[in-house]
Amino acid sequence: MNTIPNRKVICDVLLEKAEKDKDIVVLCSDSRGSASLAPFAEAFPDQFVEMGIAEQNLVSVSAGLARCGKKAFAASPACFLSTRSYEQCKVDVAYSDTNVTLIGISGGISYGALGMSHHSAQDIAAMSSVPNMRVYLPSDRFQTEKLIKALLKDERPAYIRVGRNPVPDIYEENNCPFEMDKATVLSEGNDVAIIACGEMVKPSLDAAELLRADGIHAFVLDMYCVKPLDEAAIIKAASSAKAVLTVEEHALFGGLGSMVSQVIGRECPKRVVNIALPDAPVITGTSNEVFDYYGMNAQGIAKRAKEILSL
Amino acid sequence: MSELSKLAYDLRKDVVEMIIEGKGGHIGGDMSVMEILVALYMKQMNISPENMDDENRDRFVMSKGHSVEAYYAVLAKKGFFDINTCIKEFSKFGSPFIGHPNNKLPGIEMNSGSLGHGLPVCVGMALAGKMDRKDYRVYTVMGDGELAEGSVWEAAMAANQFKLDNLCAVVDRNRLQISGNTELVMGHDDLHERFRSFGWHVIDVADGNDIDQLNEAFEEAKTAKGQPTVLIANTVKGKGSPVMENKAGWHHKVPTVEERIQILKDFEEKKEAL
Repeated sequence: MNTIPNRKVICDVLLEKAEKDKDIVVLCSDSRGSASLAPFAEAFPDQFVEMGIAEQNLVSVSAGLARCGKKAFAASPACFLSTRSYEQCKVDVAYSDTNVTLIGISGGISYGALGMSHHSAQDIAAMSSVPNMRVYLPSDRFQTEKLIKALLKDERPAYIRVGRNPVPDIYEENNCPFEMDKATVLSEGNDVAIIACGEMVKPSLDAAELLRADGIHAFVLDMYCVKPLDEAAIIKAASSAKAVLTVEEHALFGGLGSMVSQVIGRECPKRVVNIALPDAPVITGTSNEVFDYYGMNAQGIAKRAKEILSL
Repeated sequence: MSELSKLAYDLRKDVVEMIIEGKGGHIGGDMSVMEILVALYMKQMNISPENMDDENRDRFVMSKGHSVEAYYAVLAKKGFFDINTCIKEFSKFGSPFIGHPNNKLPGIEMNSGSLGHGLPVCVGMALAGKMDRKDYRVYTVMGDGELAEGSVWEAAMAANQFKLDNLCAVVDRNRLQISGNTELVMGHDDLHERFRSFGWHVIDVADGNDIDQLNEAFEEAKTAKGQPTVLIANTVKGKGSPVMENKAGWHHKVPTVEERIQILKDFEEKKEAL
């Protein structure tokens, strides 16, 4: 079982690249520990900026640095980064088109029992609706590494969300197919298409295994690139399926499910069911307890797939 | 500096024409901020169309982005674009000359419009200068009403923490905002003390519409070491014509045909008296 959280992988990539690239600057809002960026702060104190608990300033200062040639990586809990500093992300990063990578850590319901103030179930909706903002939710540590390396090659704004805890591997060190802004096909099948992002990809893949035992063949798509959304992959997955399931650690409104439904409604109309968090503060518990409660696990996803196939 | 003072009145005329053509604009603040922009662009900053790709150029962010008409007039005078094109196209359908600064236009570093963004962005620019050991300076102009935004004070705190003596902020202290007197809306009369307590070097510019006083203050700012500087520039909203001066209603207003004639006449008289 993997014990390395995606946030640590981000630090490792930045540590490796910052050695040669002195324009890489990492900024935190008293979040270096929770972002796993303490080793970076220690190794490259001249390329690390502590902003204190001030997320709005974190984002604007990142934009100012970027405008002067820096490659700014602003890391802060996704809940604060995406809503407390939303306007700074919109105006100073996206609208001014600055080379800032926003890293939302401990995203979704990672903080579990800490409650709704610490949950970011709105970040996909918020960030995706801003012109010139890209949104990525990598599914495992190998994909996270490839994504960060790809983002270092361009100079455009992006928002990345990762969770707090280690997640099971989907890919392998030497077997992680990755093409920027193209979804990854994990399983092919004609009965149901399951389209998931972030840490919901693994339970979706496990659900496909459960379904296979019952003779149901699921197409599973890892849509780490929520924006720009890989529409061609959605159409391909949905065209041959009888129904589509979307799975995301996000509110029901304005997230992956909404975006996939728009594409399918326009291009290849058929039944789409969205599995997402409820429109209410989630029940108290660890993230896995919460996922189990709402059926956002392999068994729950498989059950919903069977239900919609029998309609 | 009487030439620059006269120039400020000529540019005010451009602003009036721009606002009439575009059928809207934040005219009161344009008038109060004009000398600040003229002093910065014509005397203080090494910013020109020729050096916009030079890493050593000074940096400027118009934090009170609603005074974009004054900003456009100064940028045009500096040669970034043609003033007649700007006046003709301002706020028109499909125009690049929109009602707040945007960096698709030459000469503009950052998009602004929402208040409380300029100082935080400038902290990042000044920090980059320190990191790269460059000696450019970073300037921003804020409105006084804008200082009610909490993000301004997040940045004020950080600028002192990082000892950004290459950063100079200017407050266009015209004492009026949309709803009226700033002191009745959200008071700032302890502004000097407030900035001092945040670790800033504070310079009061008694007449913020006086080019010489402004230049003197900007020169003093360069001598402050280990801390950022703020100029509290005491200006007059609607400066230049009694039709507009110190009237909150002129925060955003289009002069009528008669008002335009009177305002332009007042500008000319003020200019001649310099």
